[in-house]
Amino acid sequence: MPEIAEPRPLLVQIYRMLMADKFALCGVIFLIILAVSAIFGPIFLEDAATRPNLRGRNAPPLSMENGWVNFLGTDSVGRSMLARILVASRNTLQISFISVFVALSIGCALGLIAGYSTPRTSNLILRGADIIMSFPSLLLAVIVLYMLEPSIFNLVLVLAITRVPVYLRTTRAEVLEVRERMFVQAAVVMGASKRRIILRHILPMVIPTLITIATLDFAFVMLAESSLSFLGIGIQPPDITWGLMVAQGRPYLVQAWWLAFWPGLAIILTTMSLNLLSIWMRTALDPVQRWRLEIGRKTND
Amino acid sequence: MKAFIGKRAISSVISLVGLIIMVFFLSRLTGDPTALYLPLDASIESRELFRELHGLNDSIWLQFWNYVQDIARLDFGDSIRRSRPALEVVLEAFPWTLLLAFITMILVTFFAVLIGSLAAFRAGGVFDRFTSTFSLIGSSAPDFWVAIVAIVIFAVQLRWLPTSGTGTIWHWILPITVLFIRPFGLILQVVRGSMISVLSSAYIKTARAKGVKTRPIIFVHALRNAMLPVITVIGDQAAAMLNGAVVVETIFGFPGIGKLMIDSILQRDFTVILAAIMVTALAIFIMNLLIDLAYTLLDPRIRY
Amino acid sequence: MTNRLLEVNNLSVEFHTVQGRVHAVRDVSFHLDRGETLAILGESGSGKSVSASAIMNLIDTPPGYITEGSIKYDGQNLLDLPRDERRQINGRKIAMIFQDPLAHLNPVYKVGWQISEAMRVHGVPNAKADARALDLMHRVGIPDAEAKMNAYPHQFSGGQRQRIMIAMALGMKPDILIADEPTTALDVTVQAQILSLLEELQEETGMGLLLITHDLGVVAETADRVVVMNKGEIVETGTAASVYKDPQNDYTKRLIAAAPGKAPLKSVPDITPEDEPLLQVQHLSKRYGAVEALTDASFHVMPGEVVAVVGESGSGKSTLAKTLLRLQEPSGGTAMYKGRDLFSLTERELYDMRRDIQMVFQDPTQSLNPRMTIYQIISEAWAIHPEILPKDAWRARVSELLTKVGLLPEHAHRYPHQFSGGQRQRIAIARALALEPKMIVCDEAVSALDVSIQAQVIALLNDLRDTMNISFMFIAHDLPVVRDFADRVIVMQAGRIVETGDTETIFAHPVQTYTKALLAASLEPDPEVQALRRAERKTLLMDIQADPDAAR
Repeated sequence: MPEIAEPRPLLVQIYRMLMADKFALCGVIFLIILAVSAIFGPIFLEDAATRPNLRGRNAPPLSMENGWVNFLGTDSVGRSMLARILVASRNTLQISFISVFVALSIGCALGLIAGYSTPRTSNLILRGADIIMSFPSLLLAVIVLYMLEPSIFNLVLVLAITRVPVYLRTTRAEVLEVRERMFVQAAVVMGASKRRIILRHILPMVIPTLITIATLDFAFVMLAESSLSFLGIGIQPPDITWGLMVAQGRPYLVQAWWLAFWPGLAIILTTMSLNLLSIWMRTALDPVQRWRLEIGRKTND
Repeated sequence: MKAFIGKRAISSVISLVGLIIMVFFLSRLTGDPTALYLPLDASIESRELFRELHGLNDSIWLQFWNYVQDIARLDFGDSIRRSRPALEVVLEAFPWTLLLAFITMILVTFFAVLIGSLAAFRAGGVFDRFTSTFSLIGSSAPDFWVAIVAIVIFAVQLRWLPTSGTGTIWHWILPITVLFIRPFGLILQVVRGSMISVLSSAYIKTARAKGVKTRPIIFVHALRNAMLPVITVIGDQAAAMLNGAVVVETIFGFPGIGKLMIDSILQRDFTVILAAIMVTALAIFIMNLLIDLAYTLLDPRIRY
Repeated sequence: MTNRLLEVNNLSVEFHTVQGRVHAVRDVSFHLDRGETLAILGESGSGKSVSASAIMNLIDTPPGYITEGSIKYDGQNLLDLPRDERRQINGRKIAMIFQDPLAHLNPVYKVGWQISEAMRVHGVPNAKADARALDLMHRVGIPDAEAKMNAYPHQFSGGQRQRIMIAMALGMKPDILIADEPTTALDVTVQAQILSLLEELQEETGMGLLLITHDLGVVAETADRVVVMNKGEIVETGTAASVYKDPQNDYTKRLIAAAPGKAPLKSVPDITPEDEPLLQVQHLSKRYGAVEALTDASFHVMPGEVVAVVGESGSGKSTLAKTLLRLQEPSGGTAMYKGRDLFSLTERELYDMRRDIQMVFQDPTQSLNPRMTIYQIISEAWAIHPEILPKDAWRARVSELLTKVGLLPEHAHRYPHQFSGGQRQRIAIARALALEPKMIVCDEAVSALDVSIQAQVIALLNDLRDTMNISFMFIAHDLPVVRDFADRVIVMQAGRIVETGDTETIFAHPVQTYTKALLAASLEPDPEVQALRRAERKTLLMDIQADPDAAR
């Protein structure tokens, strides 16, 4: 009897599909470098980021005169911009990541419940989401942060809560759609339990959509955090994030443009990479669309 | 239709009530509510006086009852900083925001729909790639950063445009441009995607078989079908702008509701914030209703 | 030579795809005369629709390119015309109607507007176009046409939508009408009406009709001449009668041989009456709100028997299947299986029963989870019912099942979308077999497949019945397929069983008017037989139209 062929390892598949989309590849490389330097960078650069050096104030960027650490220039008290951006990236990414992760988990769980429970429970959950959804998330964040203290914890809390409805509604809508599909009915006819249908048939259909949304949302949350910090109701000094750095550089825009420019650029590049990644994921995570990224890969028939 | 509007109104009122309750309890949960109303350095005596005057020593349920009654009478109290009714202050600022949001959204919708449709018609072409790149960068740029960079370039260095205020038409150019970029990028992408899928649908084939010209095919046959998902995004973006383009208004010193809210937060003027929330919420509710109406006008299959 | 309307010479069309260049149409030549009906017959992928699209300039470039040949209309090569002149031919001189009229009508515009637009784009003034649109609505038989001008496509039935498409195509009195599978998704009785409407209109206007179809019966009913296409090439040309009686090409021979409904009628199955029925359904009914989808249905299925349920859309046959499988709850009635009522089982008993009664759905594209490989899809049965097979035996058994349904075991790690429609349906059958069921409910399981594939799948099912003694409940709207496969037939209409009997009796001596109408509307592949049947049908349909209640 002929043997059943083994599937390709997942990582190889991902690698091949990334190679097919050069834009997404650039985005992923940028994000990986960013993540690695956000995790390990501050260990080495903490000192350069916090120790004032009054003689080297507002040193211009793009010159190696003051050492490679100051390649991106220094700020108004002589701290390395590069070091500060890396330290800030840790806060920025951490806040966004945790917010998105919390929102995704809560939203997905509530969405599954809403999609698979009695109409009464479902309505209650949706009504709650409606309240949050009917006001722009920046407005809610402003109100809550005004009344609570602007701390990292509160910031994460606010950002997470305002994003929960997005995942909740997507999950519920997908559940309602997927559970009517023929293959779910086929599983029911085979005797599959509710648990099995949710875990094996519905979740795998929903998760790619959620991850794609989460990638995009990561960018959105990062922009929201930056805006709040820029406005002075997000992260408070001496903690720093990119948004706060832009705010701090604003008074020096004319004399020292690099103070506000580099953190802004960091935001743009990160957001763009996330956008590109999510566009790629939309195709890569869908088996029906996936062939578009597998062009050039030898077909095995 | 009437039943639908009624249903929407009820659900919006429920949302609004939820928000009102949330604001009240958050404000009491944080411990000392006078901290919200009074400057941070207010003396203990003045805090006590304030408590007496505003019934903050009553039981929490009585306070809540009074709070709800006041809101129901649209009486948000006086602005502490400006010694005028808070609602009056808010209604003064709101038209500015409304006008700014309206002009920007009209421009955004027009250009995003036009350019997105054309890009979709020749998907993969030079024009499409150019606009896709531009919309990607546009939707990735933080508005506060674009705003200050634009001020440095156009106002400080080139001296072409004023930095803040609303006096002449020139004052409006920078805020509108900065506000334009992000929603434009987002909506353009949605229009393009939706248009591509509609252009490959069967009824477009029928139109071509009838001998309809290219332009009516795009703008009559395809566009109306492609607009449904676009409307949703337009609604979201417009709602965000009605909330006051907080960042842009602050940076350009634009006297709208966004700047008012930020100022009031920094000055701890709680009554104004409360009034601003309610007015914004009402405006967003009306806008959502308009969006729903737009759906029914666009697609006869949708009946509420 | 003014009779020669259209002349296609040596036409070749290529598509540039990820797999490289695909020759969709190769060196195709045919012609169409005034007043003539030419059928292009072929299965999916034969290039028949691409040829029609080439004539209408509907091929998207890229990926499609016309690499060779000419398409002459009225002596002029359409491929040489400048774009705007080419556009003016469409709708004015050559018009087209499509399969699936719901998808082909713009959902957001009124049908009156859409019909008159076909004239307005060719310069007819608004008022005149609107007036003619109304005339056309009357002509194609839309009741209450004045009011319906302002209705939207979703407010019509499938047959009415196709009538509207026809009205839209006839606005400019075109010389040629191309009809691409115009009746494929329609019920047989509606199909017969649409085809005779087309014929009447052709007689009135003298237009040439180019009919693209996969259905030998449609060819037999309408065509003067037929062109048979396979894999992009023309394999045979001739009059409809001569091609059917005396096919020269191997492919044509096979196609004609595969056409269902020609085998000698089965005699009464050799089931002794003492046998206990496997399934005994009594007084089954199902209501959706005020709508009664299924009323008082009673029947039985014997072990190893094939019972067909036939009826048109809305007859309740799918509701019957779903209710029996407990995909929805019945409003009343019982279904005894092995001495238990299926409708009053506990969770645990229901789980056990699932092993015995399986289902194969209509559309295999949707009934297979697109994110699971074939191996995962088939072995899920044993993940749900672990007592059937230990895990280390899964691989071997998947290979065995795939071989049994005629697929390669090497393909087990592919995803469903990498298979053709017929192969997917085989996968769905393999999945059903994995549970070793006693009975399989097939809900229109072959109606989405090409004729030759259909014949193969039916042969597979027949084989399973013989070797494994599986009973089938075979739900279908296609009578010839039923005639070949079923032992007994249940005819349904509007939620009720109107007639039951063994296959021979139902097909040879139907009692009920509705059954007679259904049989008369069904098309025979043999043009001569079909000509006889037309005469019969005309009288019968007139009877029914005169008194619609007689059918009940």
